[in-house]
Amino acid sequence: MGVDGIGARAVRKEDKRFITGKGRYTDDMTAQGMGYAAFVRSPHAHAKVVSIDSSAAEDMPGVDAVLTGEQLVGDGIGNLICGWMIHSKDGSPMNMGAWRAMEPEIVRFVGQAVAVVIADTAAQARDAADAVVVEYEELDAIVDAVAAMEDGAPQLHPEAPNNLIYDWEIGDEAAVNAAFEGAAHVTKMEITNNRLAPNPMEPRAALAIYDTAEEHFTLYTTSQNPHVARLVLSAFYAVAPEHKLRVIAPDVGGGFGSKIYIYPEEMVCLWASKRTERPVKWVSDRTEAFLTDAHGRDHNSVAEMALDADNKITGLRVKTVANLGAYMSLFSSSVPTYLYATLLSGQYNIPAIHANVKAVYTNTVPVDAYRGAGRPEATYLLERMMETAAREVGLSPAELRRKNFITEFPHQTPVIMCYDAGDYSATLDAAMAAIDYDGFAARKAEAASRGKLRGIGLSCYIEACGIAPSAAVGSLGAGVGLWESAEVRVNPVGTIEVLTGSHSHGQGHETTFAQLISERFGLDTDAVSIVHGDTDKVQFGMGTYGSRSGAVGMSAIVKALDKVEAKAKKIAAHLMEAAEGDITIEGGELKVAGTDKKLTFTEVALAAYTAHNLPDGMEPGLKEGAFYDPTNFTFPAGTYICEVEVDPETGTTDIISFVASDDFGKIINPMIVEGQVHGGLTQGIGQAMLENAAYDDTGQLLTASYMDYCMPRADDLPAEYRLSTHETLCPGNPLGMKGCGEAGAIGSPPAVINAITDAIGSNDLSMPATPEKVWQLCQTTTKAAAE
Amino acid sequence: MAHVSMVLNGKRVSGTVEDRTLLVAFIRENQGLTGTHVGCDTSQCGACVIHVDGKAVKACTMLAAQADGTEVVTLEGLAKGGTLHPVQAAFREHHGLQCGFCTPGMIMAAVDMIERHGAGNLDEATIRHELEGNICRCTGYQNIVKAIKAASDEMAGLQQAAE
Repeated sequence: MGVDGIGARAVRKEDKRFITGKGRYTDDMTAQGMGYAAFVRSPHAHAKVVSIDSSAAEDMPGVDAVLTGEQLVGDGIGNLICGWMIHSKDGSPMNMGAWRAMEPEIVRFVGQAVAVVIADTAAQARDAADAVVVEYEELDAIVDAVAAMEDGAPQLHPEAPNNLIYDWEIGDEAAVNAAFEGAAHVTKMEITNNRLAPNPMEPRAALAIYDTAEEHFTLYTTSQNPHVARLVLSAFYAVAPEHKLRVIAPDVGGGFGSKIYIYPEEMVCLWASKRTERPVKWVSDRTEAFLTDAHGRDHNSVAEMALDADNKITGLRVKTVANLGAYMSLFSSSVPTYLYATLLSGQYNIPAIHANVKAVYTNTVPVDAYRGAGRPEATYLLERMMETAAREVGLSPAELRRKNFITEFPHQTPVIMCYDAGDYSATLDAAMAAIDYDGFAARKAEAASRGKLRGIGLSCYIEACGIAPSAAVGSLGAGVGLWESAEVRVNPVGTIEVLTGSHSHGQGHETTFAQLISERFGLDTDAVSIVHGDTDKVQFGMGTYGSRSGAVGMSAIVKALDKVEAKAKKIAAHLMEAAEGDITIEGGELKVAGTDKKLTFTEVALAAYTAHNLPDGMEPGLKEGAFYDPTNFTFPAGTYICEVEVDPETGTTDIISFVASDDFGKIINPMIVEGQVHGGLTQGIGQAMLENAAYDDTGQLLTASYMDYCMPRADDLPAEYRLSTHETLCPGNPLGMKGCGEAGAIGSPPAVINAITDAIGSNDLSMPATPEKVWQLCQTTTKAAAE
Repeated sequence: MAHVSMVLNGKRVSGTVEDRTLLVAFIRENQGLTGTHVGCDTSQCGACVIHVDGKAVKACTMLAAQADGTEVVTLEGLAKGGTLHPVQAAFREHHGLQCGFCTPGMIMAAVDMIERHGAGNLDEATIRHELEGNICRCTGYQNIVKAIKAASDEMAGLQQAAE
């Protein structure tokens, strides 16, 4: 591979196993005597479980056991938890209903598990699951979050009257009211953020192995954070104490947030493995994934923006209803609050903001963080408002934004966040130049001559990443700290293993992290291996989500490297009889400055382990660990511009160009960063034009397969995303990194919708902008134009 | 039960399976070749694409028994003597994969695509159209398209050099 430092477009070290079929995913793991689990799931969105008759199933070939929720609860397995406490504006804690891994009494969403079959083969388990007879007494279901709060709506949990989980607020309401009283113009919109299914290509899976002699569990599972999984399984679900539970997240086929959480199925496999005294494997099929993986988004908001006579924003008022589904998933409560409303200031200097968020139970699968988590909802709301306000006051969308940009840092917003660095004009300028914004009018006229409608839309996003300073999130209700840990082990032969609490499930950590070591010591990246995803190997870690692996995970590695470097220099200085301060490291060698004296990194490492000649009092070995707790969030930001062409005859929309200009701070591997942006943009375009997790009024999921849920395909997308980056370093962490994993999904939906509404001349468009919706609006605007 | 015998990645293999056993299950579970993946239940995602008698097939839509007597190649059988197939090499070179889960099907579909159209005859729009049956959630397809185009062009160059 060679020496590939920071900034190199190094090809990925991990790729060889993936392109030759040698990846090791959870479903690829087997264990002697393994049985397969198949779940018996509710076909109803809301029903009492009257009885479960498993006698026929138990007699079927290969069936080992049929286990129910009653047995699970009887064995002391705890309820699923939500790890972030939110208080309503009246000071009361959120209203949380009980969530059991298999439900013995009342099911609250279609697909909820009530029993599990363990059998010798997957097919036998599934046959037997079909033969378990469950008698239900159906109850009325509610799927719409706004309707769920109305009097007389079906009630899900006795703990939550009117299905209200919390009624939370942020910001200064009086100051906002005053701003509106003095406003020269007010823009008001109702904005819906559509519900999505995350859809990593690898479905969730678990293989639980119970060792009866050691009373020890091993769990292979599809997790973005195996240590958090172990903590929760131990401390809250009482499956096993931590030292008796090893969680391994091997190669994981994408996550996008949905594999942060500890779901019922993984818990049940562990418990069932002990019950049946055999390893138990479960692999979700795609329909189960749609039915049971946490969904994302699903907000209904009313937003109002006050502008003064100079078109400066003076106030923003937002009321949002967030659908959290039937139960509170692990971090669900934080998504529509601290990950959403704290970003409502966007890139703009807004003196007064007030947001009220009501979180609501409905008879749908739980909703939690999905790529971006709260920040896409904030960005979509604010950027549609900006575009709409610009149209209403007759300014160009770019000019209105530029007029209101924050230009001085640090900048304290009225909604908690303190932005540390950025240059929003630079990314706006770059994006406008890239798409030839000035030439748009001519392109629109040319399209019109062919009967097509061209539109252009902007989105200037900001996000808070590098999640997160532990004390700060603790004060806001988080149940965990959000630091990261690392250990750097230099072997006696000078090769290096880096153990990290970050987890790679597509992000390419094995390459990026190795580049950091390569840069630091001048070593070949092949001399470095990155170890992650196993609680027996890595001491602790908080995992990968919220674009945190660079800004937080790599910062922990830097801290450990600092310690390794200091010790290596001490040893080298001692061996070469030089002053410690004169030792430099370059090209894999430790040199005495100003002389030709040098030792290779390997010689110093070996000296540390032979310990024949170390400085007085020094311990042998060359291995250091570190924990890094960020001092602030990081604030990636940028501008996305989308240009579309709509065919008014069919309502189809083609994306002609999509440009992105991002500020991610320091970039380690541009190739990998571009890949992250490509994927994020595609998920955002998917949300804007194709994807929708739709329930009918009775709570049946209408989009539970790839036949019904429209995933973006290669030919739904523009020929090329044109990307650029503008770097302002993050002052808060040693490498100056901000994070790039979520930006694409956060920034792109409003750019697409702003472009389509610009093209068709109607703003009454919701996501996904399907051809049918666009065609209907074209009929209205064409008719209006004719009259 | 069905007795199935086939040439799998150049090796004669056989096994006895339930009649309903899918070809993908035979390959993964019976033969232990886990490079072929299952990403959906409706033949949409294409993670399980393999070659049966030289044609790209979704291994989740074919019974193992139907593959009796055929010659099957999976991703594990693509590299020859430690040398990567040009499509494999191009996926790495152009960052055409992230989590790697859809990659087996993508690569096998790409090899088939290049063979059907002829090396060097693929343009960007054709590749995108041809990828209708393969879903990727990570890459946004841009680098997959680039990788397939590069491999197709490189294979044309190799063919020319050989002639």
